[in-house]
Amino acid sequence: MSDIFTRYGDGSPTRMSKEDIRFDLEEGTQDAADRGKIPALTEAELDRLFEICTMPEKAVTVERGDEVIVSFDAGTLKLPVRAGVPMDRSAAILTHERAFCSDTMELGHVDYSYKQLKAIIHEECQAMEHIQLNTIIPVFYGAMPNLGLYTKPDGPIENWSELLPLAKIDEAKAAQEEAMEHAVKDIVYVASRMYESGADGINFDTVGASGDADVLATLKAAEILKEKYPDIAIEFGMAGEFVLGMHGELYYDGTRLAGLYPHQQVKMAEKAGAAIFGAVINTNSSMSFAWNIARAVTFVKACTEAASIPVHVNVGMGVGAIPVTNTPPVDAVSRADKALVEIGKADGL
Amino acid sequence: MAITHEMAAGMGGIRTAGDLVARMQMTKGMKIKEAKEYVAAKVGVSTFDLCDEAVMKEVREQLDIGHVQARVGASIGMEAKFNIARVLDMKIKAVENFKRKTGM
Repeated sequence: MSDIFTRYGDGSPTRMSKEDIRFDLEEGTQDAADRGKIPALTEAELDRLFEICTMPEKAVTVERGDEVIVSFDAGTLKLPVRAGVPMDRSAAILTHERAFCSDTMELGHVDYSYKQLKAIIHEECQAMEHIQLNTIIPVFYGAMPNLGLYTKPDGPIENWSELLPLAKIDEAKAAQEEAMEHAVKDIVYVASRMYESGADGINFDTVGASGDADVLATLKAAEILKEKYPDIAIEFGMAGEFVLGMHGELYYDGTRLAGLYPHQQVKMAEKAGAAIFGAVINTNSSMSFAWNIARAVTFVKACTEAASIPVHVNVGMGVGAIPVTNTPPVDAVSRADKALVEIGKADGL
Repeated sequence: MAITHEMAAGMGGIRTAGDLVARMQMTKGMKIKEAKEYVAAKVGVSTFDLCDEAVMKEVREQLDIGHVQARVGASIGMEAKFNIARVLDMKIKAVENFKRKTGM
């Protein structure tokens, strides 16, 4: 008899037996352990995770005293753009500060990539200056490194995704290396201007979306910014759970970037000067919530143990065991948060 | 989503001490335990009380560092940030910009 209400990774509801939930927890943690070459969760941790997954309440919370910081990517794109609420960005930030009681917030433009922001940097600086006069909470400025935007026809460089299927490996690598140079310049320029305008932090969102060259460009930009502004706060939010090897032979401080998992990625971010690391663990939409959360917690635990900076786990749609749907169910979201904080020891979300 | 995360695991922003602890993570790279201990010592409460709305309402009003419902005459926005920088013994970039522009 299936007796526990739960969900699949796409958010669809289902019922599972306790035995099946326990089985999926064990399979999930083992999958993370095998892929990341990290320890699986202990029996005690799996027991606790089983309790969290099978709690009868619709919403659950962390225990009093275990609360953590919440930071955002795509901050001002959520209420005024995606939700279609007719408000400007400063109103969105104040809504987060005074109504949602968010710990931090992020100013971002609808064309959310550093390359695109160069042309409108004056307006973005002006917006940040005005917002800083009215807000109390720390306000990040955020955008994506988005190396793909440097390829033709949007940019000046040959498209490595077209070159690779033609077996033009050297040309594809050279194109990515050239794109990195442009990206570093753009990221440093935009982030410098926004920091000078009073941003409390700079968020690099979806680092690695275009692969290892995307990661290396961001690491180099972070290094330059940290040297230029020793007090700058940089959040380094990843795009996926491991670094795609689109180039394959890019190294940072002697470490090959392709294939790195969160517990290894965080060490690169630290070296480059990041203050906060945003770990990502992908959700598998056809597996159960139990499988996904066991897997996510296993990766996060290894990451927080390796990290000397705070780790804010990405818990938007499709990452951190949150189901892949635009309206993630409260039962799954709150269970994911509780497990990631209490067992994974996340410093924030 | 933002509300669910805040309810399930968040510190509570300016209802409590979430913004203050966030500033220590951001500027000093402190992990959550260390950041809470730093802020708790500076505002004079236990780390447990940092997320208590009733306790922190009193603390925030006494320190004049901004709260959800701004009272008449209480600091808001930049004014509150001046006080936060002083209480936490830290620099806030926007506050430094304000000082420079106004010759303070």
